[in-house]
Amino acid sequence: MALSGMRGLSVFISDVRNCPNKEQERLRVDKELGNIRTRFKNEKGLTPYEKKKYVWKMLYIYMLGYDVDFGHMEAVSLISAPKYPEKQVGYIVTSSLLNENHDFLRLAINTVRNDIIGRNETFQCLALTLVGNIGGREFAESLAPDVQKLLISSSCRPLVRKKAALCLLRLYRKNPDVVNVDGWSDRMAQLLDERDLGVLTSSMSLLVALVANNHDAYWSCLPKCVKALERLARNQDIPQEYTYYGIPSPWLQVKTMRALQYFPTIEDPNTRRSLFEVLQRILMGTDVVKNVNKNNASHAVLFEALALVMHLDAEKEIMSQCVALLGKFIAVREPNIRYLGLENMTRMLMVTDVQDIIKRHQAQIITSLKDPDISIRRRALDLLYGMCDVSNTKDIVEELLQYLSTADFAMREELSLKAAILAEKFAPDLSWYVDVILQLIDKAGDFVSDDIWFRVVQFVTNNEDLQPYAAVKAREYLDKPAIHETMVKVSAYILGEYSHLLARRPGCSPKEIFSIIHEKLPTVSTSTIPILLSTYAKILMHTQPSDPELQNQIWAIFRKYESCIDAEIQQRAVEYFALSSKGAALMDIMAEMPKFPERQSALIKKAEDTETDTAEQSALKLRAQQQTSNALVVTDQRPANGTPPVSELGLVKVPSMSNVDHSSADHGVTQANGTLTVVDPQPPEPSADLLGDLLGPLAIEGPPGSAVQSERNLVPGTEGVPNADDALAIAPVGEQTNTVQPIGNIAERFQALCLKDSGVLYEDPYIQIGIKADWRAHQGRLVLFLGNKNTSPLVSVQALILPPSHLKMELSLVPDTIPPRAQVQCPLEVINLRPSRDVGVLDFSYKFGTHVNVKLRLPAVLNKFLQPISVSAEEFFPQWRSISGPPLKLQEVVRGVRPMSVAEMANLFNSFRLIVCPGLDPNANNLVASTTFYSESTRAMLCLIRIETDPADRTQLRMTVASGEPTLTFELKEFIKEQLVSIPTVSRGPAPPLPQTQPTSAPAALSDPGAMLAGLLH
Amino acid sequence: IHFVLLISRQGKVRLTKWYSPYSQKERAKVIRELSGLILTRGPKLCNFVEWRGLKVVYKRYASLYFCMCINQGDNELEVLEIIHHFVEILDRYFGSVCELDLIFNFHKAYYILDELLIAGELQESSKKTVARLIAAQDSLVEAAKEQASSISNMIAQAAK
Repeated sequence: MALSGMRGLSVFISDVRNCPNKEQERLRVDKELGNIRTRFKNEKGLTPYEKKKYVWKMLYIYMLGYDVDFGHMEAVSLISAPKYPEKQVGYIVTSSLLNENHDFLRLAINTVRNDIIGRNETFQCLALTLVGNIGGREFAESLAPDVQKLLISSSCRPLVRKKAALCLLRLYRKNPDVVNVDGWSDRMAQLLDERDLGVLTSSMSLLVALVANNHDAYWSCLPKCVKALERLARNQDIPQEYTYYGIPSPWLQVKTMRALQYFPTIEDPNTRRSLFEVLQRILMGTDVVKNVNKNNASHAVLFEALALVMHLDAEKEIMSQCVALLGKFIAVREPNIRYLGLENMTRMLMVTDVQDIIKRHQAQIITSLKDPDISIRRRALDLLYGMCDVSNTKDIVEELLQYLSTADFAMREELSLKAAILAEKFAPDLSWYVDVILQLIDKAGDFVSDDIWFRVVQFVTNNEDLQPYAAVKAREYLDKPAIHETMVKVSAYILGEYSHLLARRPGCSPKEIFSIIHEKLPTVSTSTIPILLSTYAKILMHTQPSDPELQNQIWAIFRKYESCIDAEIQQRAVEYFALSSKGAALMDIMAEMPKFPERQSALIKKAEDTETDTAEQSALKLRAQQQTSNALVVTDQRPANGTPPVSELGLVKVPSMSNVDHSSADHGVTQANGTLTVVDPQPPEPSADLLGDLLGPLAIEGPPGSAVQSERNLVPGTEGVPNADDALAIAPVGEQTNTVQPIGNIAERFQALCLKDSGVLYEDPYIQIGIKADWRAHQGRLVLFLGNKNTSPLVSVQALILPPSHLKMELSLVPDTIPPRAQVQCPLEVINLRPSRDVGVLDFSYKFGTHVNVKLRLPAVLNKFLQPISVSAEEFFPQWRSISGPPLKLQEVVRGVRPMSVAEMANLFNSFRLIVCPGLDPNANNLVASTTFYSESTRAMLCLIRIETDPADRTQLRMTVASGEPTLTFELKEFIKEQLVSIPTVSRGPAPPLPQTQPTSAPAALSDPGAMLAGLLH
Repeated sequence: IHFVLLISRQGKVRLTKWYSPYSQKERAKVIRELSGLILTRGPKLCNFVEWRGLKVVYKRYASLYFCMCINQGDNELEVLEIIHHFVEILDRYFGSVCELDLIFNFHKAYYILDELLIAGELQESSKKTVARLIAAQDSLVEAAKEQASSISNMIAQAAK
């Protein structure tokens, strides 16, 4: 065996190993580094062999954890050595030491390229491996075409091609914009016919990367993947060396199923059927065997099959089979399978219909929460969190609480956050919720963030029934010998507000309450003292008739803190002292806290944020996101129907949290503090708005509104400044002096609705306007969903439609008032009279404190009246030729096009229902599309479009549009142009300069008020 | 696969290969964190560790831990068997491999890994093919060596 052969290297390694301690090792390594450095400096005397040896030594030293930066250059320079042994070392050590961001790599690009395009197969392999492992942007720019050539070359041997495939994969994955894969779908399809399984494995990985980015271009690969999977699963024609413990390459099977998960559906029934046959076979035919490796390999395949089944929305029957299988897995002894069972069950939760079956395994999952393995416990926690709903919260949350006391440190924070969120989301009743949070603080106070206890206080303040209960509980916890500071805060706050409700109970006289709270004062930090001071002031106020002894005690405390170094404490002490000496005046100022405005739970928001942070971009997840966004309007309907399951939980917003992207509902301005917060600029009132203090960073005089205000200013285009971006969206037409800011970008929402048929058109803290549309030929039926997000009614609701002249729009009656938390549906009928790009406008206003008025573009746009139609070459060409020129056929060279590949452009066209007919134009840079337009005047009319792009300059193209009607041709051409030119919302002015071909009907449109307004809004 | 790591039970690094760009500092930190996380795990636990939003699949062979880091959504068992596949190839090459083989011939381990994985993806699942390619590389190196020594002999002869 040709081992090592480098004596110097072996000796060095032995030396290092013989070092008795780290100190000695460092000495030995430093000596060697010095040696290497001097040898490299006097380069002339160095033979290639020696150079190679020193570079290896460096890699070894690097692995020991020492810095070898000085030698990077030497490693890189070996790449250009003429002989294989040195070159090999150069390549391998470089790719181990450096990463894609190192500048030195640039020096090697030329050599690498020469090796790739050279004839020497072994050099090609080395170069491809390096680029595949650490290739960055510059490599992608200069090498991608060469690598692509190698991959499809028929003269290359498999060993080169498989490396080329993975090399290309890396370049593409890192820089999809640099690597040109136009037209690669056919090549990929060919590669999937490959007999050599090594090449096929690499190609399949490449395909996964390609479809992950753009599945549309690779439909032709789908049946091939299914074929390959069939071949593997049935073990047909698989060479012995490609089976692993008797299983035909499990890795290739997994890869193939991975690729299939990036296609949204499988439409062809035959392909779908054969795929399901294979999947069924995998699901049912996988047995547990003794051999660990065989078992792992077959289960790797099995779990991938499960993921694919979930993705494909299989029938309920096969889904329940899957859940049953997972149920078996989570109970087995093998920890890996148990882990994966739990993990996949969590993924399964995203599939509808199976939650109930999963719930049957609740007991087993709870057992896993006590597993000795933290990885498994984490999965169990995640799963319990995901499967929790109103029906099982009590069980699950109590289980989590119990586990909290024994849970390891690493998990406590996550655990308590999750328990708090579940308790809030699904609490069956409020007193239970209070219990849970107090227990949580008691057991894991360190991990209970302020958000959590703020939330309890909000609930208690807003629900009178809850106040005595909460006060009793708070009092009980104070009896415990050592309590967490957070517990001191929350119980002091609650008792300050509500202890008078308990006055007749034993141990609850003002005096007793005061002394038990005051006992804690020496143990707390400065942040808690202000809360205690407020509590004392409140107790004092509630003590009627006043108790001089208590008063003196408390006054003494106030006086003591009058000179406190902490400004907040000092101020409160001074003010409370002054106020409480005023007697009756104290009553007003210290009155009970008003109700809090509703706001989105900071907790839930936080949880959502972290969820999106760590979101795995798996196909499954993406799909789940799509589902929720489509379902938006539907889920919002629930509260309107009067079955709000948790609506007693005042503050909890149940429906579609995901959709409130802004912690909102700041009634603050109008309602928050009522008469209490006398916003007195001089001595800031010892604000009764205590919690506002605690919540907002703007502490002292800040009513909740002011915190919100500052947040608002972050929203672009506030304060009515006609900011460029937003002015396009919500127009400063007229005297629009809204103080209410929309949530989300209105222009973006409109753009999105131009492409899909349901979603949110507008949202602000008070109202959400959703749209659902149904288009049939030249008619459309839209439903506006007006949802009141508050607990008080919205009044003076008005909705006016300003239709452009080409649309007939009829809105059914809109009620003047929208009741609290209700949603009203207003159908809107649309008839398209003739082709035009003008847009209708919804002028919407309501009153909530202030008068709010918004003008919104309605997504009844030209492309909604298109029906896709695909034409064959025999149909296309006669039609195309029969229309000879203007005004029916118009041609224009469009400049300033947003650069995109032909495939991207085809996607864009398809999304507007202009169906691209592949293969009609022999030139791959051109694109031919067809569609049918419907309007009352034109009826159904075929439109044909041809785009000729210039591969050298993607910012310009020539477009030809033909139809049987001049206005239609013109409008469609302009419409497409708008979509292609950089930003589709760029203001095009009220009256676009129209060329001569302008149809006669256009001026009429301009005189139309609706159309003009729409133009302004554009 | 973001990276491959071979760590001994004492926390000594035996091989590292990074397919995602980690800087020198980050690499050291990753190794430190993962050694702490993995080497302390008991024997009968599962082979997966969740770490910084990623997952590390590891397996212990004698005194050596083989670790590969993957994304959350990747197939864990598949990677676990890549590890085993790698070990089998090493075993075949060295003839019942032990940690010492990998210490003194760490460069060979790098050669073999490069034939197995590129860009963090499996490139070859046939042991036979990998063995053949490595053998071919070895003979190329040998041939170059012989050539070199014959030349130096000739020079030496001529100098006499």
